[in-house]
Amino acid sequence: MAHDTTVTTSGHDEHHHESPVVFGFWVYLMTDCIIFGSLFATFAVLRNQFNGGPSGHELFELSGLGLETALLLISSITYGFGMIAAHKNEISKVIMWLGVTFLLGLGFVGLEVNEFAHMIHEGAGPDRSAFLSAFFTLVATHGLHVSCGLIWIVTLMVQLMGTTAIPERMMNKLTCLSLFWHFLDIVWICVFSYVYLASMI
Amino acid sequence: MSDLHTTSSGESHGSVSSYIIGFVLAVILTVLAFAVVAMHSLSPSGTIIAVSVLALVQVLVHLHYFLHMGGGSEQRWNNMCFVFTVGFVAIFIVGTLFVMNNTAIHMMSR
Repeated sequence: MAHDTTVTTSGHDEHHHESPVVFGFWVYLMTDCIIFGSLFATFAVLRNQFNGGPSGHELFELSGLGLETALLLISSITYGFGMIAAHKNEISKVIMWLGVTFLLGLGFVGLEVNEFAHMIHEGAGPDRSAFLSAFFTLVATHGLHVSCGLIWIVTLMVQLMGTTAIPERMMNKLTCLSLFWHFLDIVWICVFSYVYLASMI
Repeated sequence: MSDLHTTSSGESHGSVSSYIIGFVLAVILTVLAFAVVAMHSLSPSGTIIAVSVLALVQVLVHLHYFLHMGGGSEQRWNNMCFVFTVGFVAIFIVGTLFVMNNTAIHMMSR
C-alpha cells in the first residue's frame, strides 16, 4: 500500500513533541469547535421561537435520547481500546475495535435519522419554526460529522487489513480520528444537555 | 502523541484503566443529568444549573481521560489553541445572547 513507503522517511521527524500532523488536526478541531459554538449561539437565541408549532417539551423523549447517548459514549471507549491495541501493534484487535466503534456509531446515526424522519412526518420539520430550524441545523451538523467519522473508520479499517505493522503515518491517522471521535462525543454532551434536557424541563 | 521514546507514554495515550475510569465517570454524570430532569425534583432554574454543571464536569472528564489533555510542555501549543478557542466561543455565545436579548427588549418583541 502507498503509505507503507513512508516508513523509511518517518525517522527524521521523531522528536519529543507530538507529530505536527496531529497538532494541525487539533487546530482543525478548534475551528470545528467555533462552528458548533456559533450553531449553539443560534439555537440559544431561537430556542423559544415556536411560531405556534411544537416545543421541545412535546417533541423530545428521554428514552430515545438516552439510547443515542449510550451508543456514542460506549463507542468512545471502544475506540480508546482500539488505540491501546494500536500502540501495542495488535492489528487484528485494532480492526475489531474499529468495527465495534463503527457499528455503535452507525446505530447512533440510524436512531437520529429515524428521529428526524419521525419529526418531519409529524409536521415538525425544519420549516415549521425558527426553533426547529435551529434544532435541525445544530443536531444534523453533529450527525453529519459522525457520518464522516464512520466513513473515516471504514477507510482506516481497509487500510489496516493485510498489514503486519503500524507505521508512524498510520498511527497519526488513528490518533487524528481518535481526537475527532472523542471531540464529537464532547459536542454531543453539550447537545443533550442544552438542546434536549434543557427543553424538557 | 507519537511517543515511542517519551518517558510519560502511559500518560499521553492512556491505559485500559484510565479509559474505564473516564467511562464510569461519564456514565455516572450522564445518568445524574438525565435523573435530575426526569425526577422534576428541582426548580426549573435549579435544574438548568445542575445540568450545566454536570455537562461542564463531563466535558472536563472527556478532555482528561479520552483526549488526554494535560499540562505537559509538549502539549503547550495544543493547550494555547484550546484556551483561545474556548475564550472565543464563550465571548461569542454570551455576546450573542446579550445583544439579541437587548434588541428584543428594545423592540418589545418579547
